[in-house]
Amino acid sequence: MIPFTTLTGMAAPVLADNVDTDTIIPSREMKSTGRTGFADGLFAPWRYLEGRMPDPAFALNRPEFAGAPILAGGVNFGCGSSREHAVWALAEFGIRAVIAPGFAPIFAANCIRNGLLPVVLPRDAVAALAGQNVTIDLAAQSVTAAGQEWRFAIDAEPKEMLLEGLDVIDLTLKFRPEIDAWTALDRVARPWAYLEKRA
Amino acid sequence: MNSPRTLVDKIWDAHSVAVTPSGITLLAIDRVFLHERTGANALKSMAAAGRAVRDPARVFAVMDHIVDTRPHPVTGRRSDQTAVPGGQAFITETRDAALVAGITLFDVTDSDQGITHVISPELGIVLPGLTLVAPDSHTCTQGALGALAWGIGSSEAEHAMACGVLRLPRPKTMRVRYTGTLAAGVTAKDLALALIAAHGAAGGAGSAVEFAGEAVAALDIEARMTLCNMATEFAAMTAIIAPDEATYAWLAGRRYAPAGFDGPYWADLHSDYDAVFDAEITLDAAAIAPMVSWGTSPEHAIAVDGTVPQGPARAHDYIGLAAGTRLEGTPIDAAFIGSCTNSRLSDLRRAAALLRGKHIAPSIRTALVVPGSRAVKRAAEAEGLDAVFRAAGFEWRESGCSLCFYAGGEGFAPGSRTISSTNRNFEGRQGPGIRTHIASPETVAASALAGAIADPRKCAP
Repeated sequence: MIPFTTLTGMAAPVLADNVDTDTIIPSREMKSTGRTGFADGLFAPWRYLEGRMPDPAFALNRPEFAGAPILAGGVNFGCGSSREHAVWALAEFGIRAVIAPGFAPIFAANCIRNGLLPVVLPRDAVAALAGQNVTIDLAAQSVTAAGQEWRFAIDAEPKEMLLEGLDVIDLTLKFRPEIDAWTALDRVARPWAYLEKRA
Repeated sequence: MNSPRTLVDKIWDAHSVAVTPSGITLLAIDRVFLHERTGANALKSMAAAGRAVRDPARVFAVMDHIVDTRPHPVTGRRSDQTAVPGGQAFITETRDAALVAGITLFDVTDSDQGITHVISPELGIVLPGLTLVAPDSHTCTQGALGALAWGIGSSEAEHAMACGVLRLPRPKTMRVRYTGTLAAGVTAKDLALALIAAHGAAGGAGSAVEFAGEAVAALDIEARMTLCNMATEFAAMTAIIAPDEATYAWLAGRRYAPAGFDGPYWADLHSDYDAVFDAEITLDAAAIAPMVSWGTSPEHAIAVDGTVPQGPARAHDYIGLAAGTRLEGTPIDAAFIGSCTNSRLSDLRRAAALLRGKHIAPSIRTALVVPGSRAVKRAAEAEGLDAVFRAAGFEWRESGCSLCFYAGGEGFAPGSRTISSTNRNFEGRQGPGIRTHIASPETVAASALAGAIADPRKCAP
């Protein structure tokens, strides 16, 4: 995973509340069983007109936001389906951070696991920085734009994961002795929680 | 450990393997459930990284999302063929990866096949007090059995399968109490929509929500699944209902369930009476009417006899209903009964009771009933419900997720306005330009008869 330290770039405004993952990547655009090939389907319902012509009004099609690495979003961004494809599509398209007043829980977790930073800021702050050139400093937990600075909260573990670009499974497998010991005791305490493979 | 605890905290503590210096719990995961839309992806990615499934006996997969619910026109049997472009690869690759990983697969033609959140309870795979995760947001459905069950992404599914644990901060807890008694014609679906309408689609704020109160205790187990199903539409991490005698009676004898539920472990699976929740919400169930969504978020829901309020302009434009419009009487083109929300036997019985001896309006172009599982389908057919639906003008399908969402294959006629017993009325969810109104199976049935959004309380069986 690519570490996330600081990021500077335009924040493309997609400010509707409750932007769902069906809109970020519709099921009909999920044509690959892998983790790549989704950038073309990103925001397909809003990005394209009939005949898959780019809608010039949609933020990601506007010239000033070409290559923008940041999205400014609304309340409950990424709600709906758990599809990680939404985050894969954003990352493949070049988005490295989303700033919004709030995120749906599964979407936020998916972002962290893919090196994409979800930043929670109040609605007025998001409105102020949307469409601006924005700098995010994860170590300092700060966002600056248009001469203003905001601080944001993030838990210690996701912060470290992003800063270091850590592989979380490798990290957890270091706890294997503890997991094995716990499981051995639990098998005795809760035998019904364990199953034998059936034919 | 003597201080009063919530049910969520009890299950959390019982699964805490370790806590990292930064306060993250390594939480033991008892069950992982995959489906073909995300299963192949997670299993293939693990295999590519050289990682094995730690305990394959506790990992299950099912084909539900994009399997064709129309039987094969020639053979009459189900197959891997799907109208979803490229969809067959999701099915065959999930099958191949499941075989290699040694996990239990409920395949397309399996007699136990069905929607993940229908078959997992049906087979007793989910149990009170267990932790269960699936790369599917509606995994919260299974909290109705008293399990801590929640939806995750593919990467987290890999983590759970490889490590047997997930790394998580302890969730905030919220209790939502429904007092009073439900009126006739009002269901668990309406309880859920009333909550989301009142507190917003972000109202759950990532919390683990415990549903409680006399109206919840009075719900049968399948109705509890409907209520918990919608917790993800409330931005909750999950939902849970404390198991009671009804839960244990319902689970008794199911294939993967233990022989009995006696003992202190099961008896302690409830929130202590003085447990403190981070947030509390109380609703009067008796004051709730049948609910129908008017817009493009589940929070855009009102009583069926209400008028559309002022909402976001985009939602009004998409759905084609201005503020002040009466919802009741709005003409519809299609009706759908199915999904992990409302496709169980009790759902089908209640809808069939309204449809018996009647026929849907001639203006309805598509009317589908999609049972949640093969078992539901068999049980419904044994009662003759399939004949009731067919005589009323509905198509009777094979089990699966079907048109809850549009995946590029089968779809509603362009421009359709549907009434649907599903969970999401998002823009384009059921197809580009399709306008979806979510409601209970009763409301779908009553509306199909009327050819317009209708109040099930006025529909005499």
